[in-house]
Amino acid sequence: MANVIVSSPYVAQGSTLKRLMIQVIVALLPGTIAYAWYFGPGVIINICLAVLLALAFEAGILKLRAKPVMPHLTDFSAVVAAWLFALCLPMHTPWWLVLVGIGFTMVAGKHLYGGLGFNPFNPAMVGYVVLLISFPREMTTWYLPSSVSGETLSLKEALAYTFGGADIQQWDALSSATPLDQVKTAVAQGITVGEIRLSPVFGEYGGKGWEWIAFWWFIGGLWLLASRTIRWHIPVALLSAVLVMSLLFYLVNPETYNSPLFHLLSGAVIIGAFFIATDPVTAATTDSGRIYYGLLIGCLIYIIRVWGGYPDGVAFAVLLANMCVPLIDYYTQPRVYGEK
Amino acid sequence: MLKLHHFHGGLRLDGHKAKSLQRGLLQATLPERLFLPLRQHIGDHNKPRVEIGERVLKGQVIASDSALICAAVHAPTSGTIRAIENYPVAHPSGKIDTCIVIDVDGDDQGVEPNPADLESLAPIELIELICRAGIVGLGGAVFPTSPKLSRGKVQGIDTLIINGVECEPYITCDDILMRFNAAEVIRGSGYLQRILAPRTTYIAIEDNKPEAIAAMAKALAEHPLPDTEIIPIPTIYPSGGEKQLVQILTGKEVPHGQLAFDIGIFCQNVGTCAAITRALEMDEPLISRVVTITGDNIAHPGNWEARLGTPINHLIELAGGYQHEASGHLVMGGSMMGFALSGSDVPIVKASNCIMVMREETIPKSPGYHDECIRCSKCAEVCPAQLLPQQLYWHARAKAYERTREFHLFDCIECGCCSTVCPSRIPLVQYYRAAKSEIRATRKAQFKSDRARLRFEFREKRLLLKKQQDEERRRLKREALQKKKAGAGNGKPQADPVQAALDRVKARKKLAQED
Repeated sequence: MANVIVSSPYVAQGSTLKRLMIQVIVALLPGTIAYAWYFGPGVIINICLAVLLALAFEAGILKLRAKPVMPHLTDFSAVVAAWLFALCLPMHTPWWLVLVGIGFTMVAGKHLYGGLGFNPFNPAMVGYVVLLISFPREMTTWYLPSSVSGETLSLKEALAYTFGGADIQQWDALSSATPLDQVKTAVAQGITVGEIRLSPVFGEYGGKGWEWIAFWWFIGGLWLLASRTIRWHIPVALLSAVLVMSLLFYLVNPETYNSPLFHLLSGAVIIGAFFIATDPVTAATTDSGRIYYGLLIGCLIYIIRVWGGYPDGVAFAVLLANMCVPLIDYYTQPRVYGEK
Repeated sequence: MLKLHHFHGGLRLDGHKAKSLQRGLLQATLPERLFLPLRQHIGDHNKPRVEIGERVLKGQVIASDSALICAAVHAPTSGTIRAIENYPVAHPSGKIDTCIVIDVDGDDQGVEPNPADLESLAPIELIELICRAGIVGLGGAVFPTSPKLSRGKVQGIDTLIINGVECEPYITCDDILMRFNAAEVIRGSGYLQRILAPRTTYIAIEDNKPEAIAAMAKALAEHPLPDTEIIPIPTIYPSGGEKQLVQILTGKEVPHGQLAFDIGIFCQNVGTCAAITRALEMDEPLISRVVTITGDNIAHPGNWEARLGTPINHLIELAGGYQHEASGHLVMGGSMMGFALSGSDVPIVKASNCIMVMREETIPKSPGYHDECIRCSKCAEVCPAQLLPQQLYWHARAKAYERTREFHLFDCIECGCCSTVCPSRIPLVQYYRAAKSEIRATRKAQFKSDRARLRFEFREKRLLLKKQQDEERRRLKREALQKKKAGAGNGKPQADPVQAALDRVKARKKLAQED
């Protein structure tokens, strides 16, 4: 009898990586639906387009690298990356912008480093930052939520814009800077935060619509925690850092510095804390390391938002913290059993 | 009640134990032939003490050695030595080893037992008797018991831990032993107490074995031991690991690079205690052990007390044979730390606590494709050694062995928790085992080459010294000769000293060239 020698433990086979990725996608659903609810079908078009392109890029590169295509495609990691990338985009973007961004996400962000597990930088953030720097006009043309403008683009109009190159001027009335951007511009002009907040784009706590989307990201994030898909260290550290930083400056001068709640509920802080910074491949791996990593991102977000050149800083903060991960991991190794 | 502590990580696993517990403790019949590897313990090799064709009696020493870390092998029954030859043995690498093959005659005739008067014996004499009986740790590590006891005695033992935890899935031999032979285990613990004189004794049993706990409590009541407590501990794998058990019961960690008795704690498995009782009270050496035969491809799982050397296929027949497939994948040990056997002709040895007979689909042939590590750290959460398995994997895969040592590769106890929880299903432990053996091999080679280099350098030095001495001798001779000459031709003009020096240099150069 010829037994092939395999090494213990003898555990059930089959990837659960796929299940992890599906859990992340499920957790993204409530926030995504809320996003589409407030900002129209463009959000969904972006996601579908990004996912399809990502899968195509993934398959093509795997083929070039002579790697098994199907097991990698069906681990859904490309879907998660594309989804997160698409959520960073303005709700209406031309197709070629998505193509360029996803190209960078999948090729430069992921496969040039060796594919899943080997990329030091969050691939979705790499793609997004490339677009943000290269195409600032397209990437900062945001639209008002339906609750403010009273209307959104229909599916047909959105598709026409994305694929047909319809004139952006046509919907000029609907376009607007994001609440974070408005605050930044206004504060620079010497207008107080209290005055800015009177603008119709602001809701109870953050931007109108935005605050509710953030709430649904938060619900999705809590479910990720409850299902043990992610652990608490990074989100808690990140949110605490933003909270403490914003509270500190808000107490010093509420005229120029927005409230902590505004900071937490605007922009990408919540989705960043639960979905982006928690990408295990690019995050720190030790428990204490993850706390430092989360704190670092939180502080960087606030610094970039308030003193930096961009209205929001999640992507840059995550990428900067990614760079520090090897260092953090090295210096936060846990005490091994039996060591003093 | 003792306050229990926690160790880091660990897993709650499906035990798969009920199946093999239904039939009690069965006695295995004698096979036609027994195959006894010369070495069934950790330590030095034994030498055969019998000749081919010789008749041996049950209990007779057939292999032994005088080395310190060693345990003799005894004939498990009477018969004739058929051969002393290489034979496949139970080993992770599927290797062959020298075995003594006995043709069983069926009489089961033993040497006359000569039990000592135990009351009058000193601890050191008890250790000697245990040594003669060839007893090793039956929990799986098979470290010879007598040197461990001697060392423990010297160190001084505060706490004696009797390990009836048996945390690995599928294995039930200790459970069955405690249910049916609790008295032997308790009395054996008593002998350990006499030898080591500990302040307290804990008998630790996982709380998923209520029958065993009850049986042990009853035996302890009938045969009370001083300062002894039966401690049910939570069922979390690998609580039966020595370091983990020490931590659960005492809250202490065995310091890095030390052993439990260095901090005054002595652990011994329940099976070993029973073997000690038999050796001391009945003068019966270690010739049999309880083996669990179980798995999803065996007709009637159960526990058998089998003679050492019994081929596994004999036990498989006793258990009703294979259930589904004509042949099964065989694993010795449990599903977490066991290893695949090369075939069913491999014999039972002192370390064989369990034979898993598994269907092919349950145990994959080769690890095959697995996803990449996504650094999720679930492995680090469950690692009882508090290592960073994902970092170890990263460096082991890259063959950066220096780095694996920085990440404490050799603290890995290979419990398999990390591989079990890995969402990418990476056979992590396999990578660590490979890295460890690679490092050990490199160390060995390094040691050898270092020794060779030292030898070479020493030889060079020695040759150079000899050359210098020869030269010196020649020079002295020459000078003496010249002096003589000068003395003989008195009055003749003295040779030019400069010329003489030049001649000497020339001669030296010539010599050097000749060499």
